[in-house]
Amino acid sequence: MESLRLTFQVAGGDLTHAGEASSQVKQTLRKMGYDSDTIRRVSVCMYEGEINMVIHANGGTATVDVGLDDITITLADVGPGIPDVEQAMQAGFTTAGDQVRDLGFGAGMGLPNMKKYSDEMNIESTVGVGTTVTMVVRIP
Amino acid sequence: MTVQELVSQLELTVFHLEDGGRAVTGGGYCGDLLSWVMGKAPADGVWMTIMSNVNVAAVAALTDLACVILTESVAPDDPLLRKAELQGINLLGSSLSTYECAVKLSAALGG
Repeated sequence: MESLRLTFQVAGGDLTHAGEASSQVKQTLRKMGYDSDTIRRVSVCMYEGEINMVIHANGGTATVDVGLDDITITLADVGPGIPDVEQAMQAGFTTAGDQVRDLGFGAGMGLPNMKKYSDEMNIESTVGVGTTVTMVVRIP
Repeated sequence: MTVQELVSQLELTVFHLEDGGRAVTGGGYCGDLLSWVMGKAPADGVWMTIMSNVNVAAVAALTDLACVILTESVAPDDPLLRKAELQGINLLGSSLSTYECAVKLSAALGG
C-alpha cells in the first residue's frame, strides 16, 4: 500500500461545520479496513484539533498521512499562537469564551484528549505567527 | 439489546431512528461537555445529554455510539435533527432527568 495524504481546509469561527474533515477521514479509514480502535483514536485527535483551530485560530489546514505503520495528523494554523503550551496542556485549562462553552466546547480537555489518544504529539507555537500540532497514531 | 428495544423499554421519543436493530453493547455515558464525551463515551454505547446543538451529531458519529438520548424533554434544534438524518445517527429523547434515564438504562441492560 502506498501512503495516502488527505488535506482539508478548516474554516474558522463556524462550529456548525466543525467535524466534517474528521468525518471524512473516519469514512476513508473505515473503507480502507482499519480497526475500529485506530479509527476512534484518529477521529478524537482530529476532531479536537479541528475544533481548536475553529475556535482559537480562525481555521487552518489539516493534513492526514496514512502510512503502513502509522497515521500522522498535522494541524497548521496562522492564529494567535499559544503563549504557554504547558499551561494549555493542563486538563481543564481553557481560554474559550461563553458562546463556545454554551455549545459544550471549551472544557479544557481538547489538548489532553489529543495527547491521550495519540502515540506522539508535538506542538510548535509562536505567538503572533501560528501553531502546528503534529500527532502520530500507530497502527497495532 | 437493540436500540429499538431500548426505545420501547424506556418509552423514548424517536427524533431519528436510522438503525433500530443496532446492538447496544457499550453501556452508557452521561455528560454535556463534548470533549469529555469524545474522550470517554464507549463505542456502541448510549450517550445521555441535555445538549441539543448540531455538534452532538458529530460527537456521536465519531465515537461510534449506538444512540443518543436527549434527556429532560430536550428537543434537538433543526440543524441537529438534519445532521442526525444525514449522518444516520439514532437520536432519541426522554422526559426523565439524565440520572433517572441512566438508572433505567442500567436496569434494561441488565444492571
